[in-house]
Amino acid sequence: MNTNMKTPLPVTVLQYLALGGFLLFLGFPVLWIVSASFKSSAELNSLSANLIPNEWVFTNFTTALERQNLLSSAGNSFLVAVSTMVIAVIVTLPMSYALARLRGKLRAAGTVWILATQVFPQILIIIPLFLVLRTLMLNDTLLGLILVYVTFTLPFTLWMMQGYVAAVPRELEDAGSMDGASRFKVLVHIVFPLLRPGLMATAMFTFVSAWNEFFLALVLLQSPELFTLPITLRAFLGAEGQTQLGPLAAGAVLATIPSLIVFSFLQKKLTGGMLAGAVKG
Amino acid sequence: MSAPAPALAPPSGGSPRRKAGLGPRQKAERREAIALVIPALLPIIVFSMIPLLAGVYLGFTNATLARNAEIEFIGFDNFVQLAQDKQFWDSFGIGLVWAGSVAALTGMSAIALALLLNSKLRFKSLTRIIVLIPWAMPPVVTGILWRMIYDVNSGPLNAALGWFGIDKVNWLGDFSTALPAVIVVGIWSGLPQTTVLLLAGMQSIPGELHEAAALDGANGARRFWHVTLPGLAPVLIAITSIDFIWNFNDFGIVYVLTEGGPGGRTMIPPLFTYLEAFRNREIGYASAMGDVLVLAILLILSIYLVNQFRQNKEGRS
Repeated sequence: MNTNMKTPLPVTVLQYLALGGFLLFLGFPVLWIVSASFKSSAELNSLSANLIPNEWVFTNFTTALERQNLLSSAGNSFLVAVSTMVIAVIVTLPMSYALARLRGKLRAAGTVWILATQVFPQILIIIPLFLVLRTLMLNDTLLGLILVYVTFTLPFTLWMMQGYVAAVPRELEDAGSMDGASRFKVLVHIVFPLLRPGLMATAMFTFVSAWNEFFLALVLLQSPELFTLPITLRAFLGAEGQTQLGPLAAGAVLATIPSLIVFSFLQKKLTGGMLAGAVKG
Repeated sequence: MSAPAPALAPPSGGSPRRKAGLGPRQKAERREAIALVIPALLPIIVFSMIPLLAGVYLGFTNATLARNAEIEFIGFDNFVQLAQDKQFWDSFGIGLVWAGSVAALTGMSAIALALLLNSKLRFKSLTRIIVLIPWAMPPVVTGILWRMIYDVNSGPLNAALGWFGIDKVNWLGDFSTALPAVIVVGIWSGLPQTTVLLLAGMQSIPGELHEAAALDGANGARRFWHVTLPGLAPVLIAITSIDFIWNFNDFGIVYVLTEGGPGGRTMIPPLFTYLEAFRNREIGYASAMGDVLVLAILLILSIYLVNQFRQNKEGRS
């Protein structure tokens, strides 16, 4: 830490041991599945803790992509994730502005709702949600799933974005309206550009949430041709079992890559956003 | 759903703001507010508020998933039946153990890891990268991955134990090991986020506090106990509460790992409720379970928070 005291050697050794333990715990399983995706099925079915495959096999990836409509599921997931992202950004932006700037009942109601959604188990909401979607003829459609994803990410995106809005100095807006610009123009030309980092975070967060989501898709989608990637991967597990371990690992690795890329950009903003939301929360 | 342009206010001069009575200006502001809020409010009402209230209500009915079924209000019948439903309460207990253990153990491990990341060690950037992966990973992949690790006949865990002459263990299939094994996966997947948040909390503790304590002769352990931990307490309380709720309501990882087995040993309440609703199609009864879960969470949470904050106050005075 930021003191000048020297840490005694035994303590340093212990610290490195502990850090090594954490790295092993967090990192080994990831390395294992990556390595499994390059192993032959014979090697996969033998008892070993070898991280380096005896022989490198690349057919797991081609098998995975050919079978179990993994590719079309990935297409569904991508469509759902991008649509959720776009709609969520469009919807979050004005509402978060209203939450941050227009005080009063709306703000209180918004906060109560955000907290309520965090406490209520999804399982309680999803039963009537299923009925609502059935009434709107939206059950077993990707559009229905997208709208549900947008709604379910809103508590977090609104909370985060209103923190960003609150950080924009009011004087900037007042100066804009002094110059005769309408509220709308002030929003579009002065406020929204300043919110770009927050919007990026919102976009990435909603993309990853929708890409990774499992439970809602499991309940709301019935037609196999509409399945998103997590559902197809899960079905893969049930139907094929042990014999298809290699392709399953390959599919799982491929499914993680988009999330990982987006997430590596997102992570800093996300924690920043949580704190930003908390400051004015 | 796009830009709320039409309803926005006309250009206004530099006139004094807001205080003028109920003029057309205020009406315009109200319209403006509505236009800003509607695009988000509509989906919130349709897909969140209505289902939420309907979900609470369904618990008091005999609804089933069958189409055109008559839904009757039956008062507290479901809850009376539920009170005697041993399977549900078993599941409830498993849920408490699962969520409580994951939240507590994740919190403790995260403090340790955050402390390590906050000190002068090498490999910190490597750790920060590795920490991202479990966080970003889809829960289904987490489940698949750990099924491979725990596999009886080909998992690296049993292979490693074999080096020490320990017999194979059927981690996810054995009555005594299934729940602990699932809890470890819960910790694995929650540790990154908790650590990063705690790290942010630690770094917001002013360095002067540590320096002052060091000048007074406090060693590392004492500084942790008297400076870091009290400074971290609010963040820690908030995070463990949220971890508890998330895990209590979580579904995906356990579903993929065990589907509630073996013999219901990992049947956490959301999973139990899911099966009741979508396999047995008894959505009224399942909603009643959901209602009980909400009440339980609120109760546990309020007890925990009241306790923590009281302790905090006493600790400070």
